[in-house]
Amino acid sequence: MRATLTISLITALCSVVLAACTTAPTDEQAAAGVEDRGAAGLGKPGARSGPIERKPIASVDLTQSRKDPLAALKDPGNILSQRSIYYDFDAFDVKEEYRGIVEAHAKYLRENPQARMLIQGNTDERGSREYNVGLGQRRSEGVKKMMVLLGARDDQIESVSLGEEKPLAEGSTEEAWSKNRRSEILYSGEY
Amino acid sequence: MLARWISLLGLTFILIAPVARAQLSIEITGAGVQRTPIAIVPFAGEAALEPRLSAIVRADLERSGQFRGLELPPLVPHPTESSPVNYAEWRSRLADALVLGSVATRPDGRFEVRFRLFDVVKQEPLGGVAYTLSRDQVRATAHRIADFVYEKLTGERGVFSTRIAYVVKRGDRYELQIADADGAGAETALASFEPIISPAWSPDGRRLAYVSFENKKPVVYVHSLLDGKRHVAANFRGSNSAPAWSPDGARLAVSLSREGGSQIFLMSPDGSGVRRLTHSSAIDTEPRFSPDGKMLYFTSDRGGSPQIYRMPVAGGGEPQRVTFEGSYNVSPRISPDGNTLAYVTRNAGRFQVALLDLSNRQLQIITDSDRDESPSFAPNGRMILLATVIGGRGVLSAVSADGRIKQRLSTTAGDVREPAWGPFIE
Repeated sequence: MRATLTISLITALCSVVLAACTTAPTDEQAAAGVEDRGAAGLGKPGARSGPIERKPIASVDLTQSRKDPLAALKDPGNILSQRSIYYDFDAFDVKEEYRGIVEAHAKYLRENPQARMLIQGNTDERGSREYNVGLGQRRSEGVKKMMVLLGARDDQIESVSLGEEKPLAEGSTEEAWSKNRRSEILYSGEY
Repeated sequence: MLARWISLLGLTFILIAPVARAQLSIEITGAGVQRTPIAIVPFAGEAALEPRLSAIVRADLERSGQFRGLELPPLVPHPTESSPVNYAEWRSRLADALVLGSVATRPDGRFEVRFRLFDVVKQEPLGGVAYTLSRDQVRATAHRIADFVYEKLTGERGVFSTRIAYVVKRGDRYELQIADADGAGAETALASFEPIISPAWSPDGRRLAYVSFENKKPVVYVHSLLDGKRHVAANFRGSNSAPAWSPDGARLAVSLSREGGSQIFLMSPDGSGVRRLTHSSAIDTEPRFSPDGKMLYFTSDRGGSPQIYRMPVAGGGEPQRVTFEGSYNVSPRISPDGNTLAYVTRNAGRFQVALLDLSNRQLQIITDSDRDESPSFAPNGRMILLATVIGGRGVLSAVSADGRIKQRLSTTAGDVREPAWGPFIE
């Protein structure tokens, strides 16, 4: 569906801004469908192009998963693209607002037995670096346990800790700290 | 008198492979109440070497907070270690002690340094040493001389020849560096784009264990400083961190999450013979051996808040809680004599280094900063090196055990953290 949408968008854009449209679409089939675009591209003065009446075909792409098995995991419209779980100070439980994310990833692991996941627990900068490694571990293990309860296999998930070493936000404010207290989900191939 | 000269042909040094990097600069604040005034006369002929030997000896002794170098007028004729000493004259200059020396060029192109220390009050020589050195051994030789003077005058071993390890973070680059105890001569043992934490010196000073995140998770490595060879000591499923060496160098204590949670395990530095030591549902981490190797101090939140506990390395019995004041006491470090525990305590949001006298339970906060981390005892127990943050920048601070003398080691080129004071080098 996305590829189709992109093509029709390019088509529409090319129809409107004829001369400016110099980027050839990568898909040859799509290019062939726009008959008069080549002529416009050659710069014939006065060439006109009416709107293309033909509606785009709803294409079904079964090759997508082979191209990028992680596509669904990266699609911003898919909950699986959400990979961060944030925590309150000194807290390790997954807050209600992040349960949906954990459930979706657990479902993905259940449905993709070959998938492997790394959960990295993180803390804010305060206190001992090594004790923070322990606190981050407690966070990542909490997420893992929840996923295993939801049907993921134990051996699909490795929970580790980065302690306070990989902050998302720099600075010593509660705003920065709250962004850094998090667990992050990565799939095999992303780490 | 010549019999008192000990000739050391060629000093032995730990070589660290990669290139030297930006130096740490040192700043000293505070001083001991009673500083021994000492006259360190520039060594005759020392101008042949850079930097000046006598200047480093003086800087070392002053940095200890226990000595004050005297300003001296030009002396004619310039005295050397073999000149007759006019004690009355040195007494009138208010010197309690006197160091005289000379540098001579040898036929093989190397140099010979001779010096002698005098007790001006008792009017007697306290001995001297001769060292043969090459041009690149000036600092190391000066530190040896300072160690000799310090030990003769205080009765304790000096730590000027020891080295420190620490991590510099500059942008997205992390460097594990080794420098002289005064921050000079820094060399990079490991550079990485991922964090490095918790360097720990092997008791012989030849290896460092540390935690590197180069595999997107904490893994314990053992790194030989002599040849730069490193191997994985602990890379089990989950997190591997907080390495500590047993005093005999035969074992590492580490915190592993391979069986769930963070628990303390013992293992050989080569990664074999892993044995679980703690059994709790809490975070057990930051293990440290007592100097006799029999006890293990560690951080645990088994009681609800992180506190310091200890247990016999041989196992058996419930770990015993050591800290009671406050709700956050972490990073235990035991003094070389086993009598004092240094750790980081949180007090009204401030993280400071505390010293706990284990015999009388007396507690003392020795810093006035508020983001202290990773305390580390000098091998003679006199100073504690720690990481803190001043003006938004990570710096190292060395504080005397009585809290009076403070030195700050920093670099404008980045954040310095994770210090570890190395052992005496034989």
